Amino acid sequence: MRQLFSIEALELKANDIRRDIIKMLEQAGSGHPGGSLGQADIFTALYFNILKHDPQNPDWDERDILVQSNGHTCPVRYAAMAHAGYFPRSELLTLRQFGSRLQGHPERTRLPGLETTSGPLGSGLSQAAGMALALRMNNQQHRWVYVTTGDGELNEGNIWEAVMLIGKYKLTNLIAIVDRNNIQIDGPTEVVMPLEDLRAKWEAFGWHVLEIDGNDIEAVIDAAGMAKAIVEKPVVIIAHTIPGKGVDFMEYDFHWHGVAPNHEQAKIALKEIHTLQGKIRSEGE
Amino acid sequence: MSDMHLIQGIRAKDIRSEPIRAGFGRGLVEAARRSEDVVGICADLTDSTKMGDFAKAFPERFIEAGIAEQNIATVGAGLAALGKVPFVTSYAAFSPGRNWEQIRTTACLNDRPVKFVGSHAGLSVGPDGATHQVLEDIALMRVMPNMKVFAPCDSVEAEKITLAMATDPQPNYMRLAREATPIITTGKTPFEIGKAQIFHEGSDLTIIATGTMTYHALIAADMLKKDNIHAEVIHVATIKPLDEKTILASIKKTGLVLTAEEGQIAGGLGGAIAELTAEKYPILMRRIGMKDHFGESGDPSELFEHFGLTATHIALVAHQLLEKKR
Repeated sequence: MRQLFSIEALELKANDIRRDIIKMLEQAGSGHPGGSLGQADIFTALYFNILKHDPQNPDWDERDILVQSNGHTCPVRYAAMAHAGYFPRSELLTLRQFGSRLQGHPERTRLPGLETTSGPLGSGLSQAAGMALALRMNNQQHRWVYVTTGDGELNEGNIWEAVMLIGKYKLTNLIAIVDRNNIQIDGPTEVVMPLEDLRAKWEAFGWHVLEIDGNDIEAVIDAAGMAKAIVEKPVVIIAHTIPGKGVDFMEYDFHWHGVAPNHEQAKIALKEIHTLQGKIRSEGE
Repeated sequence: MSDMHLIQGIRAKDIRSEPIRAGFGRGLVEAARRSEDVVGICADLTDSTKMGDFAKAFPERFIEAGIAEQNIATVGAGLAALGKVPFVTSYAAFSPGRNWEQIRTTACLNDRPVKFVGSHAGLSVGPDGATHQVLEDIALMRVMPNMKVFAPCDSVEAEKITLAMATDPQPNYMRLAREATPIITTGKTPFEIGKAQIFHEGSDLTIIATGTMTYHALIAADMLKKDNIHAEVIHVATIKPLDEKTILASIKKTGLVLTAEEGQIAGGLGGAIAELTAEKYPILMRRIGMKDHFGESGDPSELFEHFGLTATHIALVAHQLLEKKR
């Protein structure tokens, strides 16, 4: 499956995905809205433009691979997968419930279409490296490995072990996307454990760095295209996003990293998303 | 009892010895010959872990990750995700010592066939001291769903286990010792995943041993024979899944059990047998191994003597157990 949508259509899709994220988290009563909402544009771009994939055949042996290292933001992935047709959207409301395929942190063995089990931070980039190495050994470098990581996650040593290895082996069929939203559980990233100069850090390890507005779908798509064209070095896209994007009272606030909205908050949030934060008039809901 | 095809005369002073890890090295080369999906990842210990011959023979399938144990585990999981059979090696002190969570999440919960090989396990690292004498690896690996745990008794068996690991669809762990270890098995000695083997038949007590301690258990059985005590020696090469059937049948016959391992008895083989007998056949039992303390620098034989990991000590404890029964 590879349908191409207009940027406007993708923006509306991202909006729908944000609404589903709020509904899922309200229903679940726990989970991580900040990064999930913030990455809605990235995951929309991935599932509806960038990735080569087939929701009807998740194990398609020509598919691109998407590793979500920041597994706690799985609501955005689940919602994007449901919209893409991997499973019914109604199933989204089972998030975090007993017996659900939508585990609180994603488990590969439970849901077709997931490539890894993730949640414990810092292990996704290196798994993506292993996959990129396997594709190289199999002469399948036309398949791409994408990996999303959080920015707080970059505190993990395992990340930098992977950054070194990917630089060493010049795994240019791997594209890393860092959700640079500047928050983590205990506060702003630059207070908890400063990451800057983040660009210089990646460059020092032999990577090419692209920096974009990660809430601009067109910019995400363009960056992925650019990343594919750069063959000299592995590429990381530092995607600057607004945590809680789309919901005024959640935006920029680290307290919404890992707290689900209650019913009242969810109602306000849904209305804001529906009206694009008051920019358009809502005819209801 | 079927013929175990063990080496004749294991008590001979000049019994041939070889580090167990050498068998892994040969097995890995053979496994790689048999399947092009076999790959190797190491953390700056390629020759020490005996991955060197593989790396030379199959350079395009060898990944040097540097001193980064979290990375070797997770890069391995990524390779396995796309059909590779990665053998991930380091010293056991660091893998699984340092990367346990990565192994749990990305190999076990993720159910990918990553093959962890921990070299230099146990006291026999000797002079390197307690930091490197990992005694907890069996316990660490045995508690994880989907993981299988192996401890070969010699290099010949290590080769067979390596080949079996290469075709097993799940994550595995094999612990290897550094020092030259007497070769007690032959090419014909059976190895099967999940099967314990009765290496010496007896009726008075059951000695269950794993890894390097199986040799000492056999020597102990010989010593006991002189006192007209007939010990049954069971070699447990697969600590998980445990061969409950063979073990229970033996202890029902003998009524006494003694375990021996080069590691912590808590959570180790001793722990596993205690769990089994407590639930299914409560019985008089003693566990030989490390008892909640660390090792220290010294010659391996000195350390084995000091911590009671010798045939003489096994025989002594066997006598005590028999006393208690009377």
